[in-house]
Amino acid sequence: MTRQTVKFYQVGSRAVGNRLLPADLRTEQSNPDRRNALNSGHRACQGCGEALAARYVLDTAIRVTKGKLVAVNATGCLEVFSTPYPESSWQVPWLHSLFANAASVATGVAAALKVTGQDDIRVLAQGGDGGTVDIGFACLSGMFERNDDILYVCYDNEAYMNTGVQRSGATPPAARTATTEAVGPAPGNPFGTGKDMARIAMAHEIPYVATASIAELHDLESKVERAMSLRGARYLHVLVPCPLGWGSTPADTVRLARLAQRCGLFPLFEAEHGEVTNVLPMRDPVPVEDYLKPQKRYAHLFGDHPQPGVIAALQALADRNISRYGLLPSPAGGEVTR
Amino acid sequence: MKKPFAITLDVRSSLANHTGAWRSERPVYVDGLPPCNHACPAGEQVQAWLYAAEEGDYETAWRRLVNDNPFPAIMGRVCYHPCQTVCNRAELDSAVGINSVERFLGDEAIRQGWQLPDPAPPTGKRVLIVGAGPAGLSTAYQLRLLGHDIEIHEAGGQAGGMMRFGIPTFRLPRDVLDSEIDRLLTLGITLKLNTRITDLATTMREGGFDAAFLAIGAQLSHRAYIPAGQAARILDALNVLAGAAEGERPQLGRTVIVYGGGNTAMDAARTAKRLGAQDAIVVYRRTQAQMPANEIELREALDEGVEVKWLRTITQVGDGVLTLEKMRLDEDGRPQPTGEFEELAGDSVILALGQDVERTILETLPGVRIVDGVVQVDASMMTGCPGVFAGGDMVPSTRSVTVGIGHGKAAAVNIDRWLRGVPSTPAVGGQVPVAFGSLNPWYYSDAPHAVRPRLDAGRRVADFSEVVGGLDVDTALYEARRCMSCGNCFGCDNCFGVCPDNAVLKVDEAHGYAFNYDYCKGCGLCAAECPCGAIIMQPETS
Repeated sequence: MTRQTVKFYQVGSRAVGNRLLPADLRTEQSNPDRRNALNSGHRACQGCGEALAARYVLDTAIRVTKGKLVAVNATGCLEVFSTPYPESSWQVPWLHSLFANAASVATGVAAALKVTGQDDIRVLAQGGDGGTVDIGFACLSGMFERNDDILYVCYDNEAYMNTGVQRSGATPPAARTATTEAVGPAPGNPFGTGKDMARIAMAHEIPYVATASIAELHDLESKVERAMSLRGARYLHVLVPCPLGWGSTPADTVRLARLAQRCGLFPLFEAEHGEVTNVLPMRDPVPVEDYLKPQKRYAHLFGDHPQPGVIAALQALADRNISRYGLLPSPAGGEVTR
Repeated sequence: MKKPFAITLDVRSSLANHTGAWRSERPVYVDGLPPCNHACPAGEQVQAWLYAAEEGDYETAWRRLVNDNPFPAIMGRVCYHPCQTVCNRAELDSAVGINSVERFLGDEAIRQGWQLPDPAPPTGKRVLIVGAGPAGLSTAYQLRLLGHDIEIHEAGGQAGGMMRFGIPTFRLPRDVLDSEIDRLLTLGITLKLNTRITDLATTMREGGFDAAFLAIGAQLSHRAYIPAGQAARILDALNVLAGAAEGERPQLGRTVIVYGGGNTAMDAARTAKRLGAQDAIVVYRRTQAQMPANEIELREALDEGVEVKWLRTITQVGDGVLTLEKMRLDEDGRPQPTGEFEELAGDSVILALGQDVERTILETLPGVRIVDGVVQVDASMMTGCPGVFAGGDMVPSTRSVTVGIGHGKAAAVNIDRWLRGVPSTPAVGGQVPVAFGSLNPWYYSDAPHAVRPRLDAGRRVADFSEVVGGLDVDTALYEARRCMSCGNCFGCDNCFGVCPDNAVLKVDEAHGYAFNYDYCKGCGLCAAECPCGAIIMQPETS
């Protein structure tokens, strides 16, 4: 990925746009003519992180493919709130089949485009964490190992939200869900369960794997752009806070995504062919409490019966990420952008 | 149309679904009051002119600045910048160097020859201004822009008042002062020098003036009775400062004692150093916390080797030696004598004990009230005598150039109303300045304050060269861009980007953004992620 240091611009590369920045250094989301792939009128909850992420990802993918893009969607929140059949919010060719088979359907779409000589049209598959790490896992792993020419995007809100907040394989330890209640000696989701999908994808040694956050828009867009510049199987894992399932204020959605990265629990990195090639260092690191406290799914760790041991265990997970990916801020602390 | 089983909707875009109906709170764009604007005694719209400077459009920035203050180059040197004291950026790293950018703009205007705005068409009204100090010149400027005919009567031989006679040249070079005053006078303001008014009513009648603004300042130095020997050398601070500014270089001796704790005392001590005194010692009867001098002035004086004797009064001045009495503070914080004395060597004593308003001109005016030595004015700055307004050091206020300029603007607005027969409306106050807590500072780039070059202390006292340097173009741009634009949109596109419902519309660069309430669900993300707090959430009423 090409990054360059920019001169000082008030909000530099952190904000969506910036009237002082040259247009080519602003994000696609600052473009008044952006596609709005996910149109207004969708039925996502107030402050939905997934709706935001889907538009961020697709608008950029549409820009770099000059509109030649097909999206395949797994079942999940994103499908339900955008497409109460036959009404649709999508402003991109869009296909939904089943919960488990988005990766396979995308494989089929890519194959069809190839045999008809239209492989300038690119394929993007997307789903939530349930459709990705649990239900669609086999199809996705197959897509990876065959190195099918697809960008698969997982919008990870860390549980099955639209069916009533049940635990998924991406639910973090200690989090309360409807199926991991905050009761008993070890309340919430047990430690030692779940899977790290980005690292599993890396183990397939596919051309490109990256994690992204709705709180780091320049970084997210540059990763989509990089992914679309490559052929073969690619995987992007985006953290999308969910006010309903996390028990957070709708206005805090972006803030929570930011805190997840600043505390180290959600590292932002890129990997090519199984090797980490880039990380976004933490700016102004915070302890995990800052991230956990605003969320009611962790309320049992605080309040009248605080659980400092559990918090320390979560901090240990963050610390492990920090050392594994080298997330500590660089002393130079320069401003970076695409 | 008959729909298939279990289908209730039509084939259509979700645009048909107006999710705005979900909303219980709506986002609204506001223009908050930046703390810098709130704190500026001259009423400058600091955030607004920095906004233009951020774009490198220095002329627009300067034009916005001179709407309120005709002297940016002077102000960028002598103002104690209360704007920076309240700057929200101080909570992040350090306050924006507003004063240094102001000076850059002022100097750039002189370099480029930018001219002040053209006055409005003549109104036929004539206003007499008495005194050509900062308050008088500022009033003259504002009234002239409104189209009134202005005549300034100045008792002295030059315009500028305390800017010329009270502020040393090492803080304000006279070429800068002259440029800005000359530029103001070219607007067609008549300045009569060496014209002391004794009978205002007669002068107004004979000159055909419709209103008058008094700004004669406070120039009579306080006296203190100090028993002194024959050979004692006791001088007045204002005389020393005025003389030094005119190039006089009196021999004050090796050790100079300055009596007083105000800005004049600091300037006198620093001037004494430059006149060759090896030691300049300030004697002040209270403590540093109670000192009226601005801390910037005190710091610069201390940097230059000025010493201060706190809690001391001078009881006697002998030949080369003074007697000081130690003081202590009582429960009310007032200094009380202790009966303990000490001696201090000193070749001359400069008195800087404050100044009074000269009352001669006031005695001929019916209705003018004087309390504690200063002239009382109402909210419109009018004295008890109808049509006669007053401002600057002669009315109750903090005495500074900036305050004087602010008085000038306020008085001009009210004089204009009075001339047009419009009743003066009390200022609508009460807007609370934007607090740091309502910002989202994450988005601002890390950027420490750009420090202005300063002469090192050893070289400073060698002559009367200007102590503080200016910023160059790059550092001025950098400093302007450190502004967080508190409470006022600066076009970062965050609201446009972070709305999950595409309910923020980008109108155009000039008109900013608008909400599409058909789809806004009221989640509040735009308000939460606005760096500068320019969006608030309001409860829906219906």
